Amino acid sequence: MAKAPVYAIVGNPNCGKSTLFNALTGLKQKVGNYPGVTVEKKTGTLYSQHGQPITIIDLPGAYSLAARSPDEAVTRDVLLGRREDTAQPDRVLCIVDATNLERNLYLVHQVLDLGRPVILILNMMDLAAQAGISIRVARLSQMLGIPVIPCEAVNGKGIIELKLAISRHDLPLSRHAWDIPAPIAPAVAELQASLVSNGGKAPLIARAEALLLLTDQDSVRVAGSAPLDAKTQEILRSWQSRWEAQGVDWAGTLVSSRYEAIGRLASEVAQSAKPSAQTLSDRIDAVVIHPLWGWVVLALVMTLLFFSIFKFAQAPMDWIGDGNAALAGWIRGLMPDGDLRNLLTDGVIGGVGTIVTFLPQILILFFFIGLLESTGYMARAAFIMDRLMGHVGLNGKSFIPLLSSYACAIPGIMATRTIEDPKDRLVTILVAPLMSCSARLPVYLLMIAALFPGPTYPIAAKVGIMVLMYALGTIGAFGFAWLFKRTLLRGKPPLMIMELPPYRLPRIKDVLLQMTERAGLFLKNAGTVILAISIVLWLLAAYPKSPAGATATEQLAHSFAGRAGHLLEPVIKPIGFDWHIGIGLISSFAAREVFVSTMGVVFSAESGGEDTTSLRHALNAARWPDGRVLFTPLVCITLMVFYVFAMQCMSTIAVVRRETNSWRWPLFQTAYMTGAAWIICFIVYQSGTALGF
Amino acid sequence: MAATVKLSALPVGASAVVRDIQKTDSSSVRLREMGLLVGTELTLVRCAPLGDPLEIKMRGYHLTLRKSEASLVTVEPKEP
Repeated sequence: MAKAPVYAIVGNPNCGKSTLFNALTGLKQKVGNYPGVTVEKKTGTLYSQHGQPITIIDLPGAYSLAARSPDEAVTRDVLLGRREDTAQPDRVLCIVDATNLERNLYLVHQVLDLGRPVILILNMMDLAAQAGISIRVARLSQMLGIPVIPCEAVNGKGIIELKLAISRHDLPLSRHAWDIPAPIAPAVAELQASLVSNGGKAPLIARAEALLLLTDQDSVRVAGSAPLDAKTQEILRSWQSRWEAQGVDWAGTLVSSRYEAIGRLASEVAQSAKPSAQTLSDRIDAVVIHPLWGWVVLALVMTLLFFSIFKFAQAPMDWIGDGNAALAGWIRGLMPDGDLRNLLTDGVIGGVGTIVTFLPQILILFFFIGLLESTGYMARAAFIMDRLMGHVGLNGKSFIPLLSSYACAIPGIMATRTIEDPKDRLVTILVAPLMSCSARLPVYLLMIAALFPGPTYPIAAKVGIMVLMYALGTIGAFGFAWLFKRTLLRGKPPLMIMELPPYRLPRIKDVLLQMTERAGLFLKNAGTVILAISIVLWLLAAYPKSPAGATATEQLAHSFAGRAGHLLEPVIKPIGFDWHIGIGLISSFAAREVFVSTMGVVFSAESGGEDTTSLRHALNAARWPDGRVLFTPLVCITLMVFYVFAMQCMSTIAVVRRETNSWRWPLFQTAYMTGAAWIICFIVYQSGTALGF
Repeated sequence: MAATVKLSALPVGASAVVRDIQKTDSSSVRLREMGLLVGTELTLVRCAPLGDPLEIKMRGYHLTLRKSEASLVTVEPKEP
């Protein structure tokens, strides 16, 4: 038997593509990444009628093959066979939203040009019927000459028919023909010929690629794709300059002629009974994007999000914390005392365990982000916030990633994948960790406790300081975004050409699946970096060994970390910190809240879990060698400011490395954030000292 | 030809027909690919709460674009 064909699924965003892919492949999916780009690569297996395994690639959602985002670029390059890591799919499943036929058919029209067998799937037929749209499926199939399958992916209707079509040994090629506009036809022919002779392409693909090159102005190039050959490039440029001189709008003409062809198809097969009825989505939007109520809804959604994170994440976080302690205790009982045991209990469980403790929060955030995406609210939030984000040169799509970063920067950074423009995405990633995440809370709380010892201080002062820190981080994030957009990552102002999809009830199963996939990607890819840094940090604190009988405090002071604290002192003295704090800064590079436990060891306070009273007393008793108080109010404030700005999070570094595919950006990010932290602390401390605080 | 205005100047709730799209290097191609073409009928549904971007309805779906992008599009308002 011949090798089973490989299928690719393509479709616009929001047309139900993921649901269909899940329905076809069940849980037999593999999620990874296209090498060199942070675009998810999903493949799954479906068993044909004859029991033959068929590979299905779920390509990223795209409106057009003239790519505007890395996602669309991957879709384009896979379909054109330009990627070395992914063979060109043999056949294509095109899924369209039946309620919005014309625009969805634009992509299909481009795919038909590729000369591969295509199965067209009309999804959401029920919603189309509700909207009064009737589609003559058989006529569409006849006009295009390809199988057309009506379907409701959400409830599984049409999936069997689709599987039957997929199982067919032979599928017809489309016989749909459309006329390339006369002024452009010679260019297409010349480019096609060049792609065949110089690029080694098959004639049909070459024609499709030639058409694409003409609408593909300043399109996105991504790593892992073969570049265009020089000869063809030259031909393209000469035609473009000729048209430029003659005032021919070649790209516009091509798009229009495609839409004309689509219009003829649509008018023949689709009829709309009630043309402009108020839909449920319209009525929801009347409230959700209302000039006043819109803000109320946005505030409510965000409050609910943060409430759930703090409400529902706490218990599992405690369990994981207890589990870590139990695991460490178990290992202690199992192994003889020694470095290997301490490496496992203090290094690995202490380091990686700390990060895993945050997993419930990360999962809840992923869940909410998935929910916001699949209901359609994400686009509304971006719409509402676009103007504000525009002030710093970003667009509304940066809003949710930045907001999520108040809980944890990791899901926030991973949510930036919806931002099309690579520079905007990078700027958002670079500033996201400046939003005060929940790992900073223990540090803030400890410092506030040290700042206002005892209950005599008004609660308003404590809250006020806390709010100030959050505000400082937010202002910092926007300030640096503004700066980066004007200097390092200068680009065109981002577009806000975005679909507002109809509201849909989310499929919890799909959202949960997506959540676990994303969390798995985080653990898998960040895990090794986190493990490595944990071990290094443990080594720094455990070696060299102090003489037998030394306390934990003496050992830490004697270790590399302790010595580094001393080495660091000249650098951090101008911001009011001594070497004790220096050790805290070094060890909390793993995660910010480690600062609290390190301070406990440094000042040999009895550890009391949540209760930091004894630690607070120890801090208040700490002195410089000359007898000055170490933790003056000014130093407490300065330390908080330091944690507002400094990177101090190895998980973020690991995720940024993964999302930007290089060490360059995470290193730059760590440098600029720590640099900014020092400079701002210097200003705060020195001016505070000068003012007599 | 009847009076035309920029899409960015169209009142909220008004319907219009696209008469011209200024050619720029990037945004105009994507706008067209999304189905905004000469002859397309559209309705300006609303402005965002802060006045920008705009939301239009055309070809049975909703699209947002910034005022700066809308100013590239000339439309002919339809009589209500």
